[in-house]
Amino acid sequence: MAYLETHQLAVGYTHGKNTTTVLSDLNLELHRGHLTALLGQNGAGKSTLLRAITCTTRPLHGHITIGGADLATLSQRERSRIIGLVSTDRITLGGLTVNDLVALGRQPHTGFLGRLNANDRETVAEAIAAVGITHKANNYMSDLSDGERQKAMIARALAQATPIIVLDEPTAFLDVASRIETMQLLHSLAHDHDKAVLLSSHDVSQSLLMADDLWLITRDREVVAGPTQDIIASGAMQRIFTSDNVEFNPDILDYQYKPE
Amino acid sequence: MNHFHSTRHIITIIVLTVLFLVLAVACLLFGSVDIPAASVMDIVMGRSSGNVAWDIIIGQSRLPMITTAALAGAALSVSGLLLQTTFNNPLAGPSILGVSTGAGLGVAIVMLATGGTVSTILGTSAGSYIATLLGALLGAGLVLIILITFSAIVRSSTMLLIIGILISYLAASIISLLNSVANEEGIHSYVTWGFGNFSGVSVEQMPVYSLSIIVSLIAAVLMVKPLNALLLGTRYAENLGVNTHRTRNVLLVITGVLTAVVTAFCGPIGFLGLVVPHVARFMTATSNHATLLPTTILAGADVALLCTLISVNGAHGIIPINAITPIIGVPIIIYIILRELRRT
Repeated sequence: MAYLETHQLAVGYTHGKNTTTVLSDLNLELHRGHLTALLGQNGAGKSTLLRAITCTTRPLHGHITIGGADLATLSQRERSRIIGLVSTDRITLGGLTVNDLVALGRQPHTGFLGRLNANDRETVAEAIAAVGITHKANNYMSDLSDGERQKAMIARALAQATPIIVLDEPTAFLDVASRIETMQLLHSLAHDHDKAVLLSSHDVSQSLLMADDLWLITRDREVVAGPTQDIIASGAMQRIFTSDNVEFNPDILDYQYKPE
Repeated sequence: MNHFHSTRHIITIIVLTVLFLVLAVACLLFGSVDIPAASVMDIVMGRSSGNVAWDIIIGQSRLPMITTAALAGAALSVSGLLLQTTFNNPLAGPSILGVSTGAGLGVAIVMLATGGTVSTILGTSAGSYIATLLGALLGAGLVLIILITFSAIVRSSTMLLIIGILISYLAASIISLLNSVANEEGIHSYVTWGFGNFSGVSVEQMPVYSLSIIVSLIAAVLMVKPLNALLLGTRYAENLGVNTHRTRNVLLVITGVLTAVVTAFCGPIGFLGLVVPHVARFMTATSNHATLLPTTILAGADVALLCTLISVNGAHGIIPINAITPIIGVPIIIYIILRELRRT
């Protein structure tokens, strides 16, 4: 049974009095224990959809339910215990160690002054261990490589102990090795920690290899969703890009140039 | 927090506390009048030294001045820290963003418009300094509202600084226009106030001054958790359950009160608010507000006492505080700018 569901959801943005609908009539499902990849070409509306799911923006229409409860009726604090976020915002965190940063993930669970108890500290250490950077726990964020920094951000979301983790382009700034490691990490977090992990990505081949489910935004702004194998078999992968000069090759799980 | 960082934090607090005591004692001992240390001790302990002039100098001048300076330093420095975190901008501070100038404009309007009758904060009647204080609060509040409005429109933190500087120019020009219609006494008291001065708070005014600052500092300490969340930016802070709009408003109210109270009583003190949070970050090597905020309070008090000590020991009388703070502040700001440039 799906953990998060969208019902006739429409997302977009309002600028003054003008409302632009980017995606509409979305009936999507997110399952615990599954890694779900959101794919689509640039400007297709991946971030807009993720913003609605993380409640950064309001849906234009329809609603989102989590475990049957309407997301809009939950308080901000309740939501902070359900959805963890790793965004594309590049933040300068010079004066924070990995430990300090990951500890911030405990905020929804700590009291007014944010003091950590033994249980919180243990959760923080476990989160850092789960992403494999325990040896860097006392290093400053500014001393880490891009890949390690992204792992620390994921550990922060993990320490938040939410059933859902949403990541906007988590591999965008990473080199190939870190990209593969990060995708592998997210896959195992979903499976081993029974989390519903939703990420948007440009990296089609890695997403197809690692994701259990896909949300595919086609060039017609339709969202095709389902298990990865079914989507590949359905030929829907051909419908992402508007260019006539690329085609999807199921053998290499990636796109290639198609001479006219 | 690991062992290394907590040890470093404890050492920092000890060093700053010892420094505070040394500077406070130095401010008691040294000044334009030489008073023997033994007599100073007697007076501080509540006994008379036998010299009425000395009793008055220590009890009604030097002790209130030390309290005023320490609280002003702490208040402005915490203002700076809150502004730096709220606007995610290392170069933010109450003077550079125009908050002090806004408070100053409020003070000028009260001082000059009343034609010197409410001439200065040094005035003894309760009504006079309350009016000045209200003027400062309104002025600081107005500038903060302008800054909030612009920060929603301009994303760049450099642009926000430029807007702050422009607000300062505008306020300065309004003050000049007011000067042209004010009487001489009003202008004189306003100009004197503008030099910056920690000896303007009388024993009678001390409760209002110190209580409003202490309450605001406690309020700031209670905001440590959302302040830390804001280090990650508003989107992450909201995801962590922080109501960022309300938090920012609370932080700016605290900043406004701290800056306005100090500005009304001591004049527009430059640089302290911008510089001290960086000194605290440098000493503690962390951005975690649980460590940074107490350190900023202590370091702010220390720097203000140091400025006071220099100010009262000039060869030809008192040196204005605002002649001293840039000498400490400017090199540190240039260092910060160069470091930021290297990073990008």
